[in-house]
Amino acid sequence: MENLQSLLHGFTIAITVPHLTLMVVGVLLGILVGVLPGLGAPNGVSLLLPLTFGMQPVSAIILLSSMYWGALFGGSVTSILFNIPGEPSSVATTFDGYPMARDGRPTTALATAFGSAAFGALVGVILITFLASWVAQVALAFGPPEYFAVYFLAFASFIGMGGAAPIKTLVALAIGFAIAAIGIDTVSGSVRLTMGIDELVKGVSFVVAVMGLFGIGELLIAVEEEFHARAVSSRVDWKEVFRALGRLPHHGVALLRSAAIGCWMGITPGGPTAASFMSYGIAKRFSRNGSRFGTGEAEGIVAPETADHAAGTSALLPMLSLGIPGSATAAVMMGGLMIWGLNPGPMLFVDQKDFVWGLIASMYVGNIVAVVLVLLTVPVFAALMRIPFAVIAPLIVIICVVGAYSVSNSYLDIVLMLGFGVFGYLFKKLHYPLAPLVLAIVIGDKAEDAFRQAMLMSKGSLGIFFANRLVTTLVLAGIALLLLPLALQIVRLLRKTDEAAHEKVRII
Amino acid sequence: MKIVSKLLLSTTLLLLGGALPATAAWKPQKPIEFVATAGPGGGTDNLARAVQSIITKYKLTDQPVVVVNKGGGSGAEGYVYGKASAGDPYKVIFGTSNAWQQPLVSKVAFNYTDLTPIAAMAQDEFLLWVKQDAPYKTAGDFLKAAAASEFKMGGAQSKDTDEVLTRMIEKVAKVRFTYIPFKSGAEAAVQLAGGHIDAHVNNPSESLGQWRGSTQRPLCAFSAKRLPQGPKVTTSEGWSDVPTCVEQGLAISQYEQPRTVWLPGKVSPEQTAFYVDLMKQVQATPEWKEYIEKTSQVDTFLTGKAFDDFIKQDLEHVKQVAGEQGWLVK
Repeated sequence: MENLQSLLHGFTIAITVPHLTLMVVGVLLGILVGVLPGLGAPNGVSLLLPLTFGMQPVSAIILLSSMYWGALFGGSVTSILFNIPGEPSSVATTFDGYPMARDGRPTTALATAFGSAAFGALVGVILITFLASWVAQVALAFGPPEYFAVYFLAFASFIGMGGAAPIKTLVALAIGFAIAAIGIDTVSGSVRLTMGIDELVKGVSFVVAVMGLFGIGELLIAVEEEFHARAVSSRVDWKEVFRALGRLPHHGVALLRSAAIGCWMGITPGGPTAASFMSYGIAKRFSRNGSRFGTGEAEGIVAPETADHAAGTSALLPMLSLGIPGSATAAVMMGGLMIWGLNPGPMLFVDQKDFVWGLIASMYVGNIVAVVLVLLTVPVFAALMRIPFAVIAPLIVIICVVGAYSVSNSYLDIVLMLGFGVFGYLFKKLHYPLAPLVLAIVIGDKAEDAFRQAMLMSKGSLGIFFANRLVTTLVLAGIALLLLPLALQIVRLLRKTDEAAHEKVRII
Repeated sequence: MKIVSKLLLSTTLLLLGGALPATAAWKPQKPIEFVATAGPGGGTDNLARAVQSIITKYKLTDQPVVVVNKGGGSGAEGYVYGKASAGDPYKVIFGTSNAWQQPLVSKVAFNYTDLTPIAAMAQDEFLLWVKQDAPYKTAGDFLKAAAASEFKMGGAQSKDTDEVLTRMIEKVAKVRFTYIPFKSGAEAAVQLAGGHIDAHVNNPSESLGQWRGSTQRPLCAFSAKRLPQGPKVTTSEGWSDVPTCVEQGLAISQYEQPRTVWLPGKVSPEQTAFYVDLMKQVQATPEWKEYIEKTSQVDTFLTGKAFDDFIKQDLEHVKQVAGEQGWLVK
């Protein structure tokens, strides 16, 4: 009840003309940086940060968090239209969003994505509102073994899905881990796998890898197949936006499950990327239409988008209450908080009530503003699909090159990105799945750090993964998810009802 | 838009990189790039951005200043970039003591001698932190308990300042710790609050919020005298109430982490002088004082020979610890 009162007070701060204006500006800027891959939310927020130094902290955070919402929404646009994920967390959206858009339904794909994203975000904010103090306590229970168990769970829920042979999944994972290992190793402090290239000490940026693997890789395939049909005659239809939104409740189960996964991964250190992958994997396994995932199934968009935004929103909570940022953008905002003279941490909720509750209220309002604005842009973005392939292809190359370069102003990244493009093409041609590779690149080194930290703590005994109830449950859940496909296959073999392998399964 | 201007900027930098007049009083003729050897939000990044905003506010130079983050590889990315930009006075590298410490312990492709030192601008202090409800009142209690069982000490990165200090405590107090490296001090602070580790040696700003929120408290400060008096952190205590470690019988009289500023190698003395002077002007502003106070650092300004001597002294010291631990490369 007390929270509710504070929230109402927060609304009186958030809903004022200057603050609403800031939200609109922030969201629009956010959509812009979200749509341009490589710029992304963290960079956008850090570019804007110096402008906020003269502002009231609460106005400043409203501007920055609105930009964050805008960027989260905008990041899905290029994933769906061009198969180029602007943020690590929108990779899973490409799996079904892109095929759907390519089939001539970009409006439906975008509207479905935005609608479910808004739902996920709202669930995340509601969680923050009512469970703030409890959530902070939960996050504290996570030490290195628990971190590792969460990552393990994410990997486990994703393995064995997709149409690829298990051994190919394993190969893709292994390559991903190797790429994640490049650079300085946190635990030993030594330089690994730089292969004589000094600059590689910084490691391989996720954005660079993904833009090559997905953007350029897909482009090469398209060029080969002479994909003339690419210029889809999609009607720009407002009704379609509402129809897509109206169909969302049909995916109620998926929405709720994905929001739950998202919130859970946002509070625990898994983060939005792991959340969206895990949600997609689980949806594929448990959905009635699971076998059609990867061909443009609406539920395959709903699952990752809802989880991504639920996690992205709830990830702000550990930042405020504990001072640990749950995402790169949250880290930038935390830097901002310190510059504005606020100290993130347990006392923020006590000392800076106006700030905290103004921010939480602005999350409600900001998300609504964001979803309205972004839905307004759907027809514009969908119209991009009507541009002939011959025009759009060079544009995609330019976007990828500029995006890769702007990650850290490095030419090496452009070369790497193009290399990854060839790699992505080969993967597709040879029917190797890209998703496990990407997952391993994104959370592989974190999983490795957590595992080795746990091993340091236990002096090499694996018993630490069964040392308390939390970590045991997580590990057992992971093992269960890992064995489930195997068990199902055995059951199927026993029944001898060998359904002819689905021809249409798209390898992701 | 932003990307385009970034691109334009870097093309201009490339085109103009070679031809630079080295006149008596050198002045920058084009935009200046501040390279923070840390990710956005890190301590070094905050310093670079604070300096940038002061320079912009007081118009200390006519040219715009942009901050870029090159924090990969524990900062090595930024230093390698600095090395590769030899002769370019439009790149200012912001770092810490890892400019000379990192090359000692890992095979990174730079050394601090590849850069031109400008100044050490602020010193971050180190404290010994334990969980709020831990039974130890003093560093002495803590070390007594640590002698009985092997404690887990967390810290940022491996073989970096935090681990060096941990190993120094081991040697002085004759105890053994299991050192667990995390990505940052903030991460170590949360691990301590959750009770997953027994202690860490964070800088004041890294654990300020945690102290205020009563999840952890400092036992002692690794400095020669008590920290300067500031506003109270908790209801009853402030930084100046924390005893020094020497007072508590842990004989490490001084351990600090300087925030350092560099130019690439092969720049002219006039160019170096310009930036030394620029940093001096920054330091004279009230905003700088505010930044120092907010981040609970100690204001210093070492340049020229004083800075060189400081590096040499610190290097000797780290070499010794690293040698004993078998960390030295080559």
